[in-house]
Amino acid sequence: MRRLALAFGLLVLATLPFWVGNSYYTNIASQILLYAVFALGLNVLVGYAGLVSLGHAGLFGIAAYTGALLINSGAGHLLAILGALGVTLLAAAAFAMLSLRGTGLGFVMITVALGQIVWGVAYRWISITNGDNGVSIATRPAPFGLTLATAPGFYWASLVVFLVSLGAIAVFAASPFGISLRGTRDQPRRMNALGYHVWMIRFLAFLFSGLWSGVAGMLFLYYNQFVSPQSVALTSSAEVLLMVIAGGTGTLLGPFAGAALVVIMKNVASAYIERWNFVLGAIFVAIVIFMPEGLVPGSLRFWRWTLTRLRPRRPAAVATPVRAPLPNREGGA
Amino acid sequence: MNISLLLAANSIAFGGLLFLLSAGFSLIFGLMRIPNLTHGSLFMLGAYFGVSLIALGLGFWPAAIVAAFGVAVFGGLVERLLLRRLPGAELAQVLVTLGLSFMIADFSLMWWGGDPISIDTPRALRGATFVAGLGFPTYRIAVIMIAVIVAAALWALLDWTRLGAMIRAGVDDPEMARIVGIRVSRLFTIVFSLGAGLAGFAGVIGGPILSVYPGLDQDMLPLALVVVILGGSGSLIGSFIGSFVVAFLYNFGQAMLPELAYVVLFLPMLVVLVVRPEGLFGRAAP
Repeated sequence: MRRLALAFGLLVLATLPFWVGNSYYTNIASQILLYAVFALGLNVLVGYAGLVSLGHAGLFGIAAYTGALLINSGAGHLLAILGALGVTLLAAAAFAMLSLRGTGLGFVMITVALGQIVWGVAYRWISITNGDNGVSIATRPAPFGLTLATAPGFYWASLVVFLVSLGAIAVFAASPFGISLRGTRDQPRRMNALGYHVWMIRFLAFLFSGLWSGVAGMLFLYYNQFVSPQSVALTSSAEVLLMVIAGGTGTLLGPFAGAALVVIMKNVASAYIERWNFVLGAIFVAIVIFMPEGLVPGSLRFWRWTLTRLRPRRPAAVATPVRAPLPNREGGA
Repeated sequence: MNISLLLAANSIAFGGLLFLLSAGFSLIFGLMRIPNLTHGSLFMLGAYFGVSLIALGLGFWPAAIVAAFGVAVFGGLVERLLLRRLPGAELAQVLVTLGLSFMIADFSLMWWGGDPISIDTPRALRGATFVAGLGFPTYRIAVIMIAVIVAAALWALLDWTRLGAMIRAGVDDPEMARIVGIRVSRLFTIVFSLGAGLAGFAGVIGGPILSVYPGLDQDMLPLALVVVILGGSGSLIGSFIGSFVVAFLYNFGQAMLPELAYVVLFLPMLVVLVVRPEGLFGRAAP
């Protein structure tokens, strides 16, 4: 049943450019996929490590800017991608070393500050980043002779990257390392007492999360062929955090659902109203107040609740395990 | 005219403004453990309230006080209606305050428009005052004096009054404070309103220096964050000293390395984090 649904979902995604039949919608689908990669990366920290970062747009932006500057200085696409990811990993290591000095709220505030530094450099260091005007690149790459210049071509490339990231993160989450990471989220002291190096586990998780943010940053650069300080701003970090939270933290498909929701809302909303930021803020507040566990688990809960209401009570009903509400996570190490 | 002396005077005035902004942020963070990401927005909202009140014919100082009061009421409502529902849920508080800050920013853009609005300096404080043969802008000297008076008043409030003793008890150990009969939840509302009011007041006072524009909130919030990371959360003296350090770095950085002013600003924060993660005057987190 599960496999069937998965196969069906894959089929729908793979054939999407044929049945939406319009490059505008195909492009929106590409945007969803690229933000889904970003949200999956952030979810490694927020969901599995219990560390809320509000500076991830900084890493996303570092990858996009490095890639753009490398391409414009004459490097090939492969070199630009590798260089961008390398620089992003270094930046993620620096971010992690500093932000992991604080726990809980301290961590959030330090990531905000670090993200703002990157924004400040992108905005002010005009001789390199071209300031508010941003940097554009001329071409998209053509791996193995396949063109990414068309909307469907780019969509399939994004789909491949998305599936790779999904697979990598699924393997990561199920691995002993992923399980110990969740251990450091729920019981940092106990994990420490058991001999796990809590700091190192969090540090490596930060690097892994930063790597996928960098991949998403490169996809973003190729999608828009342009990057500006706007995509590094706090709003951008907040948007991707909203995707993670909206979809449900610590789930595999949650970030994808959240990305789809936010990107579609953004495109639909901005067609009708000018005030996207107001709507974004209102959604934040509404989700936190009404569906604190995220839309996917929240809707599932609602669905189960309706099913139990509809189904007539049987005397020997099989007890279905009810998912307990998330415990309050202790941030301290 | 000696440029660096003038820069220093401006830095001190800016530091005074930052103190008004970050003292509330630090108290809210220290007492309630709430990372109030609306603080920059409250500053901006205060400034815009001031603009509207002055346009209605109020004088500068009455407008500043009424605006501060308005922002304090707004802050109190946010605390009562939203944050009250999320005790101890840090992530939820971050999201709600962030969401609110977007809403305030967009609302201000809609209501007051996208052009920068400057607030006129009060007439009595225009021109320059000569100290030891050097002219300083009178208004900036007034801002410094206000900051010092507010700092002294806050210090007296925290150290000498019953309310201050209760707030300090709440910062130290909220559960114990509850047990001995202090209504910590009411303290939360008072402190949140006080912090919001100070931020709004700072917004109006800062108007003649910074003017008001969309994005002012995003400019001020990181400064308040750095001040609190530097000085340590919940520490008045920490935010006082942190404010002046940040103001000096920001002004001198902008004058000497305009492209890297932001990086210069954050360097001391990085040093403090590495050497003393709880901040210069903070205590280790419980």
